[in-house]
Amino acid sequence: MKSVIEIIISSLTNQNIALVYILGMCPLIAISTNVKNAKGMGIAVVFVVTLTGIINWPIYALLKSTGTTNLSLLVFIITIAATVQFLEMFLAKFLPKLYNAFGIYLPLITVNCVVLAVSLFFVNREYSFVETAAFSFGSSLGWMLAIILLAGIRQKLAKYANLPKGLSGKAIAFILLGILSLAFIGFTGLSIF
Amino acid sequence: MKLIRVKYTKSFNILKDGISRSNPIVIAVLGICSALAVTNKVENAIAMGLGVTFVIMASSLTISLIRNIIPPKVRMVTYMVVISTYVISVQAFLQAFFMPIADALGAYVGLIITNCIVMGRQEAFAVKNPVKYSIVDGFASGMGYTFVLIVVAIIRELLAFGTILNMPVMGAGWEKWVVMAMAPGGFFVLGLIIWGMRELLKYYENQETTS
Repeated sequence: MKSVIEIIISSLTNQNIALVYILGMCPLIAISTNVKNAKGMGIAVVFVVTLTGIINWPIYALLKSTGTTNLSLLVFIITIAATVQFLEMFLAKFLPKLYNAFGIYLPLITVNCVVLAVSLFFVNREYSFVETAAFSFGSSLGWMLAIILLAGIRQKLAKYANLPKGLSGKAIAFILLGILSLAFIGFTGLSIF
Repeated sequence: MKLIRVKYTKSFNILKDGISRSNPIVIAVLGICSALAVTNKVENAIAMGLGVTFVIMASSLTISLIRNIIPPKVRMVTYMVVISTYVISVQAFLQAFFMPIADALGAYVGLIITNCIVMGRQEAFAVKNPVKYSIVDGFASGMGYTFVLIVVAIIRELLAFGTILNMPVMGAGWEKWVVMAMAPGGFFVLGLIIWGMRELLKYYENQETTS
């Protein structure tokens, strides 16, 4: 139990998948111009990443027992694409309200590195099933935290700041991410027990 | 003769655009994850850049060859399967011949699959153009990407370790900027490079149109 809580806390803070491992940057930069969209994308990511992490673990165990781990990349990516497709159809059919709120973000998630990275990381770190579930959930939550923080700052900045033309838009987003990242690395060494 | 010249110009323009005007990183801001995560050492950046270039070219070639028989509905999955096949071969190649680099890159080699540049080139170019232009286009995008990667890596390695390609440059008394080897350094350097390149190319984003 202790390790599960530790994994969740550290993947939210000093192991944050967006700010420390630098993953999922494309949507992070593209969709963080206002907080509302950022929230929608964040929730969609939490759903998909947690789900695919949980699904991919038994699949990897199966691959390992048959000695075909070479194919893991191919299998993971197909699982992810299928899960996203399924989730989209499921939401459209049974929860149309939710679908309208963040359905448009779902197809974009297939190419979000976070989803694949979580699957690759649990392989590298040899997590157990429960740890994988905790890691997927914590990492996606950490990503959501990062995109909402960034969107909040960018929204205010676009309103009030007078930036050089080349710097405004995406370039300043990187500088902001750098500052946020410094702050999150500051959590290193945090111990809760 | 005229035909040859036209072809030459088209290839040349594709090449030039890929590196400057439609540089995938600087202008479109795609494929950033790997651009930042692996650029703390120049050798990693070169390996990553070449790997991505190879994957783009090979999958552009394949997609372009079979472009007339891919059913439009499942084209995304087709790209995915083709791309991941080549990525697996890059991974196997690195593990066989360059083990230290494969270790340093770790999971990021596998993440070439989700590099938006690769996918983007298939969708935007290879699926509707003949084979030879698709290869040139793939090469151009890959080179544009590699170029930015190497520039970022040179700055970061120089400041973080005082070396370039593991050769000491800054002298013995160099105070290492440890933060440059970590994530924030990458963000700052890339942010500044994007700013600089955009000022040079006079490419400005319109605040209103960014949705």
